[in-house]
Amino acid sequence: MDKQGEAYWKATLGLLTKILVVWFIVSFGAGILFADLLNGIHLGGYPLGFWFAQQGSIYIFVALIFYYAKKMDEIDRKFDVHEE
Amino acid sequence: MDLQTTIYLVVGLSFALYIGIAIWARAGSTSEFYVAGGGVGPRVNGMATAADWMSAASFISMAGLISNMGYGGGLFLMGWTGGYVLLALLLAPYLRKFGKFTVPQFIGDRYYSQTASTVAVLCLLVASLTYIIGQMTGVGVAFSRFLGVSSDTGIYVGMAIVFTYAVFGGMKGITYTQVAQYVVLIFAYTIPAIFISMQLTGNPIPQLGLGSDMTGSDISLLQKLDQVVVELGFGQYTTTTAGSTLNMFVYTLSLMIGTAGLPHVIMRFFTVPSVHAARLSAGWALVFIAILYTTAPAVAGMAKMNLIGTVNTAVASNGDLYAAESSLKYEERPDWMKRWEVTGLLKFEDKNGDGRIQYYNDKSKSEEAKAKAEAAGWKGNELSVNADIIVLANPEIALLPNWVIALVAAGGLAAALSTAAGLLLAISSAISHDLVKGVFNPNISEKGELMAGKVAMSVSIVVAGYLGLNPPGFAAGTVALAFGIAASSLFPAIMMGIFSKKMNKEGAIAGMLSGLFITLFYVFAHKGIFFIKGTEYLDLIGGANSFFGITPEAFGAIGALVNFGVAFLVDRFTKEPPEHIQHLVESVRTPRGAKAVDGRH
Repeated sequence: MDKQGEAYWKATLGLLTKILVVWFIVSFGAGILFADLLNGIHLGGYPLGFWFAQQGSIYIFVALIFYYAKKMDEIDRKFDVHEE
Repeated sequence: MDLQTTIYLVVGLSFALYIGIAIWARAGSTSEFYVAGGGVGPRVNGMATAADWMSAASFISMAGLISNMGYGGGLFLMGWTGGYVLLALLLAPYLRKFGKFTVPQFIGDRYYSQTASTVAVLCLLVASLTYIIGQMTGVGVAFSRFLGVSSDTGIYVGMAIVFTYAVFGGMKGITYTQVAQYVVLIFAYTIPAIFISMQLTGNPIPQLGLGSDMTGSDISLLQKLDQVVVELGFGQYTTTTAGSTLNMFVYTLSLMIGTAGLPHVIMRFFTVPSVHAARLSAGWALVFIAILYTTAPAVAGMAKMNLIGTVNTAVASNGDLYAAESSLKYEERPDWMKRWEVTGLLKFEDKNGDGRIQYYNDKSKSEEAKAKAEAAGWKGNELSVNADIIVLANPEIALLPNWVIALVAAGGLAAALSTAAGLLLAISSAISHDLVKGVFNPNISEKGELMAGKVAMSVSIVVAGYLGLNPPGFAAGTVALAFGIAASSLFPAIMMGIFSKKMNKEGAIAGMLSGLFITLFYVFAHKGIFFIKGTEYLDLIGGANSFFGITPEAFGAIGALVNFGVAFLVDRFTKEPPEHIQHLVESVRTPRGAKAVDGRH
């Protein structure tokens, strides 16, 4: 792979890591590991940990995928490997 | 119009729609048969993926499971949606760039090995066939309950419907019927939920209703529910986990990885025109899935409230739940309970002979609840409720009009049929493309391969129907197995194929086989070898859930770890892949040059 290609792949992996960190924090973190702790806080009638496990993480997953698609488009263009 | 006629009318109309689409969308080439011609837009594909993905289990069973499990049920919600993040980031765009018809073909080409491709076909067939049994029985259940015909007749009708659009239309027919099926099932799911949310909380949006106060009081629905279930001896609704925290963690991870590795879902991303579209399409798929998946927990909590409130009048009056007159008199039970008693999914047994229904947790760990039940003269829980009722009877419990009940029937059938069709396509394309064309007869003409695809599809439908008619007695456990296999065998192999340039065929094959083996080994230890009763070997592994308390359903992630580990170990001691394969990986990683999907081997 040439230099340009390597830089492109590095940028891609950087983006994936960022997104997967958020993905992990909202589901496994807020929804499972720290759910008890967060349940002390309330979001309307929802205990917060319960909300993350049954509502919140899903909304954030959706946002993450669209964010990913948008950022990848930018990276593709920056390194000039986008589709015509 | 009476209920039965309304149901026939609504279900009949939905079937007419599917057949109409089938006539319009016939497949004339292998490209149309396998990937719908490759020009499906990201939104349309997202909607079709949502229907493909949401099975009878999602539609009929999931809310009931959450209703029973409370907070712990969140593992299904997070697991079955979080997998789409993995699919979108790690697999779908790259497989689309690769641009071939099937998942085993990617594995075969990337690992320059027919053995690898054949192992992938094997994993795909086991995963998809076990999954399809659940869909066929789901079709049977929906028919027998709602249309008053036997479950067997239901399966025959279901087979005939799938046959018309799957065999003649292939992926093209399936795609557009799935879009129609999505529309039917999402209305069927959300309309009753909106009504019920209105009744209980005055908020028409179920996702907000679950977090709102009960109508006419200033106590929130979840708080009230917690109070009532704890007093009746159940675990607190908003905090009870599924087993241990570790088990819930691993179970969620297994479902996520399994979701991303299921071939019938991955295949849908071969139908979009570009890499860009594949990324977006995963987002749209999750939007359409999220509409149902965020409604489900509301349905679960509210149905639980309604159910307990129906059999115990003290819930509404804030009275003493254990007072004698609080329990509903069996003679005065509502009509919907009578209807569901007939199906056997709802059972009442008057253990203390007082003619009233006592519904509580008689195996409670709470001393207080136990003492109260004993003082009240309760002799055990008298009402058993099958989890599937929560969605199926929901409109009846909330006293909704007949057309809503009919819509739920059509929705359940749409969910089961759409998933069955997607699975059938994954199975038949693996047979006609990867086995017939890839292994046995590489020189087959396009026409011949199309014919082989249609024959394979027909045979698969008959096999699926047979398995649905004679479920091997382990139908409930099979869906979990399908996820375990996809997670432990296919997902790691595909992911390493993209993210590791140096992974070679020896590593990948050894990884797939050991992941598959260890998962089957652990599952069979609990459920019997190939689910044959009496062949469990729990002693050998040191008792049930002996691996850190992890249940067999949750084991897929461990299998995936083993797969990765073995693959990298073997890879270190064997030859690195040839130069042209490393170039192939490089080209898969960049979007430019993505072309129409084709089937060349």
